[in-house]
Amino acid sequence: MQVYQFTEQPYYPAWNEHKGSLRVNLPNRIVDPKLAGDLFHRYYDEWMIADDLGFNIMVNEHHQTATCMASTVIVGLSVLARETKKARILVLGYPIGHRPDPLRCAEELSTIDVVSRGRLDMGFIKGVPYEFPASNQNPVGVMDRFWEAHDFIIKAMSSHDEPFNWEGDYFHYRQVNIWPRPVQQPHPPIWTTTGNRAQAKLLGEKGYVMATLGSGYATRPLYDSYRAGYMAKRGRAPGADRFAYLGLVAVAHDEAEARRRGELIAGYLRSSAIVHVPFRNPPGFLTVDDNAKMLRGMSAPRSFTKDGRPVNMHHGSVQDLIDAGILFCGTPDQVHDQIVDFCTYCGGMGNLLMMGHAGFLTHEDTVSNLEIFAKEVMPRLKEWNQPVAEVVAA
Amino acid sequence: MSADAVTSLVVNGATIEAIERGQGRPILFLHPGIGIEANAPVLTELARGGRLLAPSHPGFGTSSLPKGMTTVDDLSYFYLDVLEQLDLRDVLVVGIGLGAWIAAEIAVKDSSRLSQLVMANAIGVKVGDRETRDIVDIWSLMPDELNALAYADPQKGQRDYKNLPEVESIAAARNREATARFCWSPYMHNPKLKNRLHRIRIPTLFLWGTADRILSEKYGRAYCAMIAGARFETIENAGHFPHIEQPEEFARRTLAFASAAAPEAPRAKRA
Repeated sequence: MQVYQFTEQPYYPAWNEHKGSLRVNLPNRIVDPKLAGDLFHRYYDEWMIADDLGFNIMVNEHHQTATCMASTVIVGLSVLARETKKARILVLGYPIGHRPDPLRCAEELSTIDVVSRGRLDMGFIKGVPYEFPASNQNPVGVMDRFWEAHDFIIKAMSSHDEPFNWEGDYFHYRQVNIWPRPVQQPHPPIWTTTGNRAQAKLLGEKGYVMATLGSGYATRPLYDSYRAGYMAKRGRAPGADRFAYLGLVAVAHDEAEARRRGELIAGYLRSSAIVHVPFRNPPGFLTVDDNAKMLRGMSAPRSFTKDGRPVNMHHGSVQDLIDAGILFCGTPDQVHDQIVDFCTYCGGMGNLLMMGHAGFLTHEDTVSNLEIFAKEVMPRLKEWNQPVAEVVAA
Repeated sequence: MSADAVTSLVVNGATIEAIERGQGRPILFLHPGIGIEANAPVLTELARGGRLLAPSHPGFGTSSLPKGMTTVDDLSYFYLDVLEQLDLRDVLVVGIGLGAWIAAEIAVKDSSRLSQLVMANAIGVKVGDRETRDIVDIWSLMPDELNALAYADPQKGQRDYKNLPEVESIAAARNREATARFCWSPYMHNPKLKNRLHRIRIPTLFLWGTADRILSEKYGRAYCAMIAGARFETIENAGHFPHIEQPEEFARRTLAFASAAAPEAPRAKRA
């Protein structure tokens, strides 16, 4: 198993200063830029420690929000490409459907791959609903734009003999020939996220690494859809390395201390949905059928415990979150057992995207969390043989 | 729309639903972003003045959405195809909100089949400076907040979504998505339209529900001034959807304008 240390780089000092919205319309007057600088340096320091401890690293971006100060993944990737030595650096993700210029994306990511000496994992995402009022990208049809940007970036990274032409529905170029080209050929590994079974099957056909967040003990159907798509194309089951899962992790030698850390890390989930209500579901973000069901009050819960109890991940207790496989929390043995149990349920899950810091967790607690995990949990997870479940497409 | 009142048209590969009612000169009714209900009283009132055709725009209601149709420009060309296919002439075009924008986009391209234009609480142009939002950002509002701004009587905007039949909730979801498809950015307008409005030479009436707080009356009057000879009339006790809040008054004003403007003079002049 690979473990990626992740923090959203929050500006948590603002978390108690909002009037119902931490995103999009929270005035930036609230940010003290000097303190923001201190926090960025702290988070980079923690990633450097994670690199030394044997973690990989995951970065992301959100916009106009106190939940995540990183407004462009490229800055964090650039810093880490130079400063870290061993870690693979995953961006999950780059919201390419929002970007005006995928040529620029291809150039940036190739350069980062070169500077990092081939350590980039390249995650492309649709973006959460709240990004649309910020970027002003039309949420209607954004996945068509996403896939054209994806196709373009792949072609730009893997074409080497002469400039090529691109005249698509969304993007137009006449002399595409990026310098430098990426180290990893034909291109850095592609990752993406989904919560949708049809999309999961498509990702399986493509063989990309598929990550889910907050899906807990409702993850297996998504993975099985991926497996069906993968096996239909290749005739064999995907390895555990094709799956990734974002889990919150709070570990300590003392269970009570671990729970205290868990409570602070759960602050990520409790803050992430604090956003002006109309920004939560822009038109076209969900399908017509899902929106029609929502109008009729028929929205299905998203997260479940192992025994099928629905859990609201934004409001659930630490125990609820542990039961739902959203938070792995306890002593090193307990955390190890929870993760193995979850991966077994998944039929194999080879990339833990570990949120080892969130919100008000201090630097000292974060470092302790990382150290204990690296020394007492990670080696056992790396040795453990993942199951490889098979699913044949119907 | 309920099925019994609705016909189906296939135009240029798209299948659209349309309410057809009444006899006489053709009246093309272009609905706003919220769509149109077959039992809307305004349709009965308007059908007293002619043969009313009230389609759901491509992507709205149950009407299909041809691939690549992404702008109001595309919708206007689609309706030019409709007019041609049905060979409609001497058409009174009545649009509200988004429908009025479509009407203007049709008329600037080709008004040879049109005789009058009625534009109610119309969107479609940019009036203020770049830092002044002419039109309230409807996608940053809660449904109750939106109704409070859109209607003179916000109760008129309430729908019991939880108990809607599935087909109607799907239509409501499609209407919301389609409105964003065509209106998201540039927000509710076409920057090119202003410089094309001089091409509208048929009699044009702006009807304006005065309680509209999504669009100001000032916006409406500035828009009206861009079309030579266009009249501006207000409707009291109505907001952004005067055809819903004051259907009889809306139809009375529309038909009165159409018959007053009917003399042959304007058309003879054009020929």
